[in-house]
This record gives sequence, C-alpha cells and structure tokens, in this order.
Amino acid sequence: MSASFARGPYIGRSIARRPELLRFIKGQGRYVDDMALPHMLHAVVLRSPHAHARIVGIDASQARQAHGVAAVITASDIGHHLRPIPVRLNPYNTLDPYLQHPLATDRVRYVGEPVALIIATTPYLAEDARDLVEVEFDPLPVMVDAESEAVECPLFDAAQDNVASRMTAGFGDIDAALAEADEIIDFDFRTGRDSAVPLETRGLLAHYDESSERLAVWGASKVVHFNRSVLASMLDMPEHRIHLIEPDVGGGFGARGEFYPEDFLIPFAALSLRRPVKWIEDRMEHLLAINHSRQQTYRMKLGVARDGTLLGIRVDLTNDMGGYLRTHGIIVPEMSAGFFPGPYRWQAYQCNARAVMTNKTPTGTYRCPGRFECNSARERILDVAANRLGMDPVALRRKNLIPAELMPYTVGTRALGEDVVYDSGDYPAALEEVLRLSGYEALRAAAAPQDDRKIRGVGVGCFTEKTGKGPFGGARVLVDATGGVEVRTGASSLGQGLKTSLAQIVADVLTVDPRIIEVRHGDTDLIPFGVGSFASRATVMAGNAAHQAATAIRDRALDVVARAWSVPVDAVHFENGVARGPGARSMTLREIASRSGPAHSGDPQGTLDVTRYFRSDHMAYSHGAVVAEVELDRLLGKVTPLRLWVVYDVGTVINPDIVAAQVEGGAAQAVGGAFFEEFIYDEDGQLLTGSFMDFLLPTADVVPSMQHRDLQLSPSPLNPLGVKGAGEAGVAGTGAALANAVADALGKTWGDQVNQLPMTPQRVWAWAGLDHHSGMDGRQTAIDQHQATRSAQKQSQGATAEDMK
Amino acid sequence: MKPAPFEYHAPETVDEVLELLDQHGFDAKILAGGQTLGPLLNMRMAAPEVLIDINRVKALDYQRHEDDGGLTLGALTRQSTLEDDAQMPQRQPLIAAAEPEVAHRAIRNRGTVGGSLAHADPAAEWPGLAVALDAELVLQRHGGASRTIAALDFFEGALATVIEPEEMLTEIRIPPWRNTSGWGFHEFNRRHGDFALAGAMVRLDLAADGGCRGVAIALIGVEDTPIRAGAAEQFLRSQRVDDAALQEAARRAADNVTPMHDIHASADYRRSLTRTLAYRALADAAARATRIPS
Repeated sequence: MSASFARGPYIGRSIARRPELLRFIKGQGRYVDDMALPHMLHAVVLRSPHAHARIVGIDASQARQAHGVAAVITASDIGHHLRPIPVRLNPYNTLDPYLQHPLATDRVRYVGEPVALIIATTPYLAEDARDLVEVEFDPLPVMVDAESEAVECPLFDAAQDNVASRMTAGFGDIDAALAEADEIIDFDFRTGRDSAVPLETRGLLAHYDESSERLAVWGASKVVHFNRSVLASMLDMPEHRIHLIEPDVGGGFGARGEFYPEDFLIPFAALSLRRPVKWIEDRMEHLLAINHSRQQTYRMKLGVARDGTLLGIRVDLTNDMGGYLRTHGIIVPEMSAGFFPGPYRWQAYQCNARAVMTNKTPTGTYRCPGRFECNSARERILDVAANRLGMDPVALRRKNLIPAELMPYTVGTRALGEDVVYDSGDYPAALEEVLRLSGYEALRAAAAPQDDRKIRGVGVGCFTEKTGKGPFGGARVLVDATGGVEVRTGASSLGQGLKTSLAQIVADVLTVDPRIIEVRHGDTDLIPFGVGSFASRATVMAGNAAHQAATAIRDRALDVVARAWSVPVDAVHFENGVARGPGARSMTLREIASRSGPAHSGDPQGTLDVTRYFRSDHMAYSHGAVVAEVELDRLLGKVTPLRLWVVYDVGTVINPDIVAAQVEGGAAQAVGGAFFEEFIYDEDGQLLTGSFMDFLLPTADVVPSMQHRDLQLSPSPLNPLGVKGAGEAGVAGTGAALANAVADALGKTWGDQVNQLPMTPQRVWAWAGLDHHSGMDGRQTAIDQHQATRSAQKQSQGATAEDMK
Repeated sequence: MKPAPFEYHAPETVDEVLELLDQHGFDAKILAGGQTLGPLLNMRMAAPEVLIDINRVKALDYQRHEDDGGLTLGALTRQSTLEDDAQMPQRQPLIAAAEPEVAHRAIRNRGTVGGSLAHADPAAEWPGLAVALDAELVLQRHGGASRTIAALDFFEGALATVIEPEEMLTEIRIPPWRNTSGWGFHEFNRRHGDFALAGAMVRLDLAADGGCRGVAIALIGVEDTPIRAGAAEQFLRSQRVDDAALQEAARRAADNVTPMHDIHASADYRRSLTRTLAYRALADAAARATRIPS
C-alpha cells in the first residue's frame, strides 16, 4: 500500500534551518507575557480555598478601595453573561448539570475554583487587593475518592448522585469467554492524577478597540475558532467582532488552550473596563487550575487459554472527573473504554465505565488521554497473565497481536463518535523490530541480579494510537504578486513544528524551497473555519488540506502559463518553483501571479488563492511497541530507568526530526507519569503537591537514553498523504513498558503487585515486600525469586535452566 | 507569585545588620542567597515587614582552612565556593561529598551555608554536616556579646533554631578532620537535587585492632531536626567494626528514630531508609578509615 501523492524532495526530510526555530534560538519568540499595550491593567484570580463550600457572602468593598485597583468582578457583576462553559467534544445534554461557570455563584466545588477577578494597575497591587476580598464560606462534606460508593453529599443539586455518566463498551459474549478460560486473572490497576505542565503557563491579553468595535484576545491557542464561538455566545456578540490570536505557545499537550473560566473573565473585564487587561497564570495557580487528567481505576478480569490465547476481558473503569465537567466532557473515559482492546484480538470484551464527580480540580485531556492509562492497565495484566502461565511476556503478545493481513480491522468498540477501525499497520512487525533494536533476548539474559542494589528489569508494551480526528482541517494557500507563498490554516501550533511540516508539504507540490513559505495559523481572522490542534490531528487534517490547496494552486498556475503560451496544459510543469514548457520557455511564480487574479483576462475566479477543507470521518491509527530497561535498588525502592526503545509506525513521515522529537518528548512525559508526577489530595480536598517541590517533573538525570525507529510500513489509506499523527506515540506504550520492567525487576512474587502509576519509591518498597519483611532480611529471597521467574520463563520458551548460569 | 510590600534595607557591615535587627526584631527577615526566602515571599507564605539584604556585607563572605585543620566559614559563604574548593576533599571530605548534593548548581551559586543552617530544613545537607562534624555556630546581636552554640543544640524543630529575632548567625566553625577518619554519606532523594527523603552522614575512627575509636552518625530528613544516632554510636563504640556490627548499628539507628511522615515517605518507609542508608554510610566509612596505631 502506498500513499497517493507525488513525493518531492522535501516530504520525508529533516530540513535544516527550520524557519520557525531560528526566532526561538535568538530569543525572539513572542509569548503572551512578552506583549504589553498602553494603559494595560493586570488581573489576578481569587480562588476558593475550600474544596466544597457554600458561598455565604462576598465583601469586596475594601479591595475596591485599595490603591491601584480598577475593579473587582464577582459572579453578580457578570449578570446574565454568566453561563456554563460548553463541552467541545462529544457534548450530550445529560452532562449539562455538571458544567462550570466562569465564576462560582453560590457554591465552590474544588480548591482553586475562581470566585472573583481583581484588576489593578500592577500584578503586585492586584495581589495585595486580593488579600482584602472577604469571602464567607460555609464548608460542605468533601468527596475526594471517586471509587467510594458513598454519596454523602451530591455535588450538584440537579443530579441524583456524583456519577455524571455510566458508559458501556464491548463486543462478544464475555461470560462465555471467561467460562472457557483455563486461567482467570483478577487484577486492579490505577493511574495517578497528573497533567500537562507546559513550560509556559496559561495567559491572556484582551483588548476592546473602540474604533473598530472589535475585541482582540491574545494567548488563545489549540482551538481558537471554537473558543471564539464560545466567547461570542457568552458575550452575545457576533463572531466577526471577536479576534482570537495565538502568539508563540510554550507547550500545550492537550491541557492548554481549552476554554477555561479565565478565557471568559479576561475578555469580559477588558470589555467592561474598556482597557487592555492581562492575566498571566502563576505556577501555583497553574497546578490548581489547569485541567488535570489520568486518574483512573481499572478492575479487570481476564480469561486466557493455557496456550496464551486471550479470550476475554471484563473491565470496570472509574474516572475521577473532578469538580466540574469541562470542555472535554466525558471523552477521556469514553476513549479508555473504546481503545482498551489495543493491538490484540479478543473473543470478547466488556467495559463498564463511570465518570465520577469529586471535589478536586476538573479534568480534561493530557497527551494520549485515556490511552496512556488503558494501555498501562492492559499491558500490566498481560504480564501478570504471562507470569501465571509461565510464559515469556513477548510470547504471549506474539500469540495475540492482530496480524497485518487482517487490516483494516474493526475492533467492535466506538470512540469519539466513530467505530474504532484500525486502518493499517503491521503490529507484529513493530514488536519484532523493537525486540531486535533493544537486543531483548540479551537484555533478559543479562538481567540476572548480582547485587540487590542493581537489579535489572526489562519490560515490553504494545500500543495502538488514534490520530487524525476529524471532522475537517483547512488550509488556504496564496501566491502574492511578489511570488511569495503563504499558507493559512485553522490548525494551531503549540510548538510541534506545524509551520515546518505544512511548508514541506506545500513546497513539494509547488517545487519551491520550504523556507520561502510563510505558514500562518492560530488566528480567527485568517480563515473562517478551523478545528485546531489536538488528538494528533494537525498534520493529518491541515496537512492534507494544504496539500489539496497547493495542488489546486499548481494546477491553476499551470493553466495560466498554458494560456499565456498557447500550449496544452500537460506541456508545462513546475521545476524549482518555475514553470517550464516547450522550447525551454519558463515563467516564475511571480510572473504567473502577475497574470492571474480577477483583474486579468481568463477566469476571474482563477486566482492563486485557494482554500481547501479536508474532511475525514475516520481516525487513522498509528501503532508501536516499547522496551524499557530499569535498575532497581530494592531496599530503597529506588528505580532508575536505564534505557528505552520505541518503535512506531505513523504512516508517511513529513519530517523525521519533528517526529523523533515528538517521540522523545512523549517518552520523557511517560517517565514523569510512570515515576514522578502525581496530584495528591488530602481528605479535605487540599492539593498536597501544589508546587514543583512536590509535584515532580522528570529532569534530565532521570530520563533514560532512548533509541527509536520509525517503521514506515503502513501509510494511512484514509488520506492522500498517507500520514498518521505522531504526537502521542512516545507516550502511549512507554508507561506500560516501564511498569512491566519494574515488575520484572521485582521478580515473580512481588512483581505482580505493580498495580499503580506513578511507581514512587515508597510504593516500590512496599511492593518489594519490605514493609512487612523489615529491613534487609528479604534480600536473598528477592534474588532467588527473580531467578526462579526467569528460569520458568526460559523453560517455557524451550530453553533449559542451564542457560541461566 | 508577587510578594507583599516590605521595607528593604541593604546594609554593608555586620554592625548595621545587627542594628537593623535590634530595631525590627521579629518583623525582619534576613535575605542571604534567597533560594528559599525568594519563593516564600513570592508565594506570600512569608510576608515580613522588613527585609535585610546582607549580600553587600562582604565581611561575612569568607572561608579559612585553619592551621589545625579546622574550617571557619562566614555565614554568607556560597555553597558553590565550598564545592569548588580544591582542598576540600582532602581537608573536609564529608563536606566535599555532600556539597554537590545540595540542590542544583544554580542554587548553590547563590545559596549560602549560613542561610541553609538558619533556615533549618531537616532534610538539608548543611544542618546534617554541622551535626555530624560537631560544628560550632556563632550568633551575634547588637551591642551584646556573641554566643557560640554547638550544632546539636542549635536546631529546635523543623525550620526552627535557637536564633533570637535580634540575633544573626555570623560564623560556622568546623573542627579539624583527622586524615585517618573514614567517612560515609548516603542520601536518597526522588531526583538529584531534591531534598532527601532520608540521609546518613558518618565519620568513623578505627583503632589498630579494628575496634571503634570514635563514631558520629548524623541522620537528615528523618526527624524534624538533623539528629545523631546516639544509640547506634554507643553500641558501635564497644565493638570490633565488622559487617555484623555495622548491620546491628544501622538497625539500632533505625529502631531509635521517630520518623516524620509526609506525601513522599511514611514513617515506616523512612525508618527502613534510615537503616539501609546508615548501613551503607557506615560500611563506606569503615572501608575508608585507616586504623590508628595505638
């Protein structure tokens, strides 16, 4: 299978001197906090210190009198504009009771919920005034445990309990499949509450320009068109009077750029005060206020045949949603339920999922949402099953991976409103390649422990990854009178190399140097429709739209040339950006541009300005496999990730360096999720890991060295370029492989206890049995157990125990 | 993340600092390296009315290796100065081993020894070093005599010391290191540079017959102040130093602590870490010690 486009010199190449990089290297990036406008005011948010409380009263009189204060805005000041923030993806009206208003009215439901906005001439004075706002709270019972069945206090008056949604997914006869199984494995797995922590916190600058009667908002990103439409509807303004602009963005990873309370409050303040208002989120409020994600519990029952054939699995899934449903609604548990089956064939699968409201920060998506979690849970139970059967974990996977000849493969579940159908991929090839790349057999053999400070463990994880979510992506390509080429798109750039990728695609069509192509994005004035950048979709959607628009431009240009020369169109072609035809005649893009357009003869519509929207109703699925090697210092519970190998197939690769950086960055974030990052709450709903002292990001010294390889065997048949998204492939299976590696290091007896991410030292120490086998007495047993496990696995592969020596 | 208003002073002499402290006492905070106070101010977790910036007080920034082998430090000595001191591994090997583990280089470039001691984080390295090495700390006040406090008497609790509001820590005196002494230092933290979940610092002297001639075991990050593992030291002093004795000493060290618990480590886990780290530090110290002929 090959993609249906003519490959030029740029697609597939890591072009040097990427135009979008130089600015950053020279410190010329422009982030929202780099911007200032005359007479600008600064806003700070007063946030609830309570996890659940009634607001009895707010007295802002003292704050309003304070030095430098322009306004204090509470819910009552917003009046009829105070409306719930709608769900962006898969909205159902049953979710309406759980939506958040930009400011709390009579009740707060998490620590950090916005209660008032204070606007002053400097951020210092705004913070001083914030301390003067007096809010009287009447505390209510706090719900922090989504797994608890108790409903001491429903969080929402309009709702009967704290379960916002119950979902089911599945196929086949699960009872029959489990009844048929030789072994039944019950296993629970939890993933910790986590979030993207982009280097740049959120921030907004809003300004209402009275001369043009337009409201401009800088600092929007990700989904600027959707956010404009929400803002327009909340402010009762037509969309054309609102202009959302994405400046440079220091990372998004799903969390940044959604419509948050501040995305209403700051424009509202600017509109009300008729002065520019800036708000820059500080890191402490960032950790409380940005969407959290990942907090899920899986209770699984797996039925497997003695030969390792996977028969069926029943999954009970609980997703802690936090205090409100935000713009992602319930898609995270929906995706977990829909994608849990992964790259394997199952006779039957049944998932019951609950989206439970708690008094914690509301949740949304974080890179690979719902799949980092379900992949980790699934890959762990597969290793537990392999242990039980005395099989090598790889042998179990080999037996069950969907073979390439079954592509396209209909899984039997749904996600994001469509049937899950894997479009292409050679899943076994990815596994074999990562085994080869890592030298898996040698790693396993070398991993026999000599010293309990240095116990090696090796783990594998396989994954599929949905990408290229529709419904459409758009691009407008223009050639101006100077021959300059501009691409405008509704996709956004959160630092993922969008400009370079689109420029390479257009460059190949027009046979020009990609460095002369200007790609503009993230601006609602540029193009009327846009879906944005999320779900690994920008290159798939906007890339194909840009390809189509550029192709139309090329055809029109050739038509102009053919007419000018009075030759048939197929007698002219582009070479190095110049049209060439019979008799060594040539015409530059500039000359062509000067001959086209409404003012010229010929077709007045035939301008070198083409907008194309690429539509797709089916997602493209990338896939891959990961091997992780870790070292365990058992008595300390200390795990050092040593090496990672990631093999992936994302279809046609536009720029290998960009894809590689995506994979590496994603894998580093998976290390964070696997070992370090966790939002921990106490029983009163107070966030205990609310600063970088306690919410630990992976630093350079804990991110292992990585090798990765792009298979490029399986272009997507769903789009002309054959591309699949690459943004999440590094995360998808890496948490799973790391967890399996830690379990392997712990050995047979204790390894099966690895049932939670992040794998903190204390958890590893407890899994190692040291909390009840005090001190160093358990050491020898650990090594014996480890060797016993290895022996059993070796024997299952037909080797003898002597090979171990 | 913007500090509340404060009155700012930038004196240039110790006398001026002491005078300001005398005047403002409890309302004043001393700003040295600012690596802890800076964030606390920005987070409004500290809101002193008066900030006394001592970074211009040159007289507090010195380090002297004394003729007798001792080390004298002015309170404003930067951590990186000690890290970069080529004589340190020879003259004070425990300090040389611990210093690179203090946070990160950028923090050590600004952070001061006096600031770390006065802040008294129980998991920080310098409070542990002071206790392990039997340091003496000099406190001064305006118009009064200075007083010298033994490190073990200096720490009163987490982030609490005997320093009075009108006093300033001005000097740290470290006794001479015997070149026959063995040293061991093991701490465990989540990432390099984080505060330790637990740590052990050991100084050990061996007699010619392999008996213990002297031992100091300091533990950091375990209780709310750095402590000496007294029961373990006492046990070991009467022992021939072999692996069994070290294991037993480590066990006694762990059995006799009352560990803190927090989100990173429960009390039981800290106790277990104490035993493991104390053993490893003791074993390293025993291996490094040279037997002293009697």
